[in-house]
Amino acid sequence: MALDTRPGTPSNSAAPDATRLVRDVRRSLRRRYVLVLAAVVVVWLGVFAARVLLGDVTVTIPDFVRIVLGADIPVASFEVMESKLPRAVAGTLAGLAFGAAGAVFQSMLRNPLASPDVVGVTMGSSAAAVVGMTAFGLDGIPLAVAAVVGGLVVAVAVLFLSGSKGVATYRMILVGIGLAATLQAVIQWVFTTTDVYKAQDAMVWLTGSLNSVTWGEILRMTVTVALLLPVVAALAPRLQLLELGDDAAAGLGLRAAPTRAWLMGTTVVLTAVTTSVVGPIAFVSLLAGPITRRINGGRPSIPIAALIGAAIVVAADYIGAYLVGTTNMPVGVVTGIAGAPFLLWLLLASSRTLKDG
Amino acid sequence: MTATEFVPPAVDDDAAQVSRLVAQDVSLAYGDRTVLDGLSVQVPPGKVTAIVGANGCGKSTLLRGLARLLKPTSGSILLDGRDIHEQSTRDVAREVGLLPQSPLAPEGITVTELVGRGRHPYHGLFKQWSKADDDAVAHALELTDTLDLAHRPVDELSGGQRQRVWIAMVLAQETGLLLLDEPTSFLDIAHAVEVLDLVTDLNQRGTTVVMVLHDLNLAARYADHLIAMCGGEVLCEGDAASVVTAANVERVFGVRCQIVPDPVSATPLVVPLGRHHV
Ligand SMILES: Nc1ncnc2c1ncn2[C@@H]1O[C@H](COP(=O)(O)OP(=O)(O)OP(=O)(O)O)[C@@H](O)[C@H]1O
Ligand SMILES: [Mg+2]
Repeated sequence: MALDTRPGTPSNSAAPDATRLVRDVRRSLRRRYVLVLAAVVVVWLGVFAARVLLGDVTVTIPDFVRIVLGADIPVASFEVMESKLPRAVAGTLAGLAFGAAGAVFQSMLRNPLASPDVVGVTMGSSAAAVVGMTAFGLDGIPLAVAAVVGGLVVAVAVLFLSGSKGVATYRMILVGIGLAATLQAVIQWVFTTTDVYKAQDAMVWLTGSLNSVTWGEILRMTVTVALLLPVVAALAPRLQLLELGDDAAAGLGLRAAPTRAWLMGTTVVLTAVTTSVVGPIAFVSLLAGPITRRINGGRPSIPIAALIGAAIVVAADYIGAYLVGTTNMPVGVVTGIAGAPFLLWLLLASSRTLKDG
Repeated sequence: MTATEFVPPAVDDDAAQVSRLVAQDVSLAYGDRTVLDGLSVQVPPGKVTAIVGANGCGKSTLLRGLARLLKPTSGSILLDGRDIHEQSTRDVAREVGLLPQSPLAPEGITVTELVGRGRHPYHGLFKQWSKADDDAVAHALELTDTLDLAHRPVDELSGGQRQRVWIAMVLAQETGLLLLDEPTSFLDIAHAVEVLDLVTDLNQRGTTVVMVLHDLNLAARYADHLIAMCGGEVLCEGDAASVVTAANVERVFGVRCQIVPDPVSATPLVVPLGRHHV
């Protein structure tokens, strides 16, 4: 050991070589991260461009720019401004929210299978929103508030009922599944007691669809994402400490419980508001994290997961709109069908590492 | 000296008399289950202290109290004379480093990053990573002899390497007081001795160390001061010769034994007597 233990003359700082080595390791990790992030941005941009430019009406890039700046090109203008662009933007925002929320849940609860869906939070938002829509005719911001309240109530209930000290054990996931099943029954019951048309609307919303998003709804999502993603980003370094376990985190000066409450609250609001607009798009928050770790050398990353979420939703919406039959298939159906096998693979791959506690 | 000025607390004679970390009549509980009831200890400054005792007797709980992780239900923990709960977690984290009994390594994390987590108490929303942090991490890696592992994922290390990396993480915290909960658990005898030698090295550089150890013989050899706990109370404390006696071992662990002098260090060596082979 290169130790200078002569009393009185200890070297209290590192050799310059050692410092350089540490800096180099840190920089090379940073470089790799930036590369992966850039690659994901490119993928998302590609998917976004395809969604906006291709499909039943093909739009050239110059035309697209002119349309966005206000030119009126027959058919194309309407298609772009009323369907293609809003759906691509809404899909991006929803994907960012779901992807980031999934990554936060997985790191925070130290479980690769945790996500707002699995833990039942999404179902809480959905049930509250369905009841709000059908029984009280809620829409817009009141509907978003109902979804937020539903999500938060379930989050608190799951934490409380599973006696969790912050780790997603099987117990927590089972409690989540149990609550989700109960809420599902509530939704069914609401459907059987409201009139068919309202139930039909709520049903479409429940599958997760971008088909009829409006610019007003997009504005609401944009504000939410623009306000809350930075909060999540600011909390990310603390989340990294939580990953070491509560004791180690506390030893490093972090108060674990409030940090977890902030992370939970922020991500639940983020997903709930998004869900109130586009519905619970299946599997996005669950799968963004594992895909991130696959392409990022086994390491979680919230920004990468958020962008992967965005790419998934926009791509799935494109597939649903143009590539499957002639109907405009809702995005949630596509992610649901494609996500199931993926989930099975994930379950098999992670059953070794999933720790019960 | 560069930007990182890790100056351990002065070891001049006056300061050496005053304990920096004191538990005064402290009760610690989980919910309404009281584990320690009215316990007092003073961490001897500039020394290596070992806490020994049977499983579940409250050693980790005491350490968690000393590190400000658990709030006493009565009594107080004083750090430098002030109640530790009146100081911010971050301030405490610059004075007291804690290695918990079972910390978790996040997926895919490399050694450099893990050790870098130890720098958190020095960062804020606007004070981000600096040269001083690189320096502190490098120094911690040097001290623990893990510099050559800097780029490796922690998942891929051996138990002994991993333990040294965790110690490096608390060293990067640059605290004058170190609390180590079973730093030698899961280590074979060679690695255990290596880690304890490292503890001694750190102590010689001025760091006060408190560690929980299960191996009485190593505790007797490596600690200047031993605290024997039993059922949430301090049974006795002092140097190895006064604490590690056949009577105390029987009271703490319920096992009869003979004490012989350690042929290497002359400290007490515990030879347990079971029902067979004696
Ligand atoms: N988080 C907790 N919640 C409730 N009780 C706890 C908790 N942690 C420890 N205890 C209880 O407190 C008592 C003391 O535990 P502690 O972890 O301090 O023991 P220990 O001396 O460190 O044991 P070991 O040698 O096994 O590590 C035990 O009876 C244990 O069951
Ligand atoms: Mg313990």
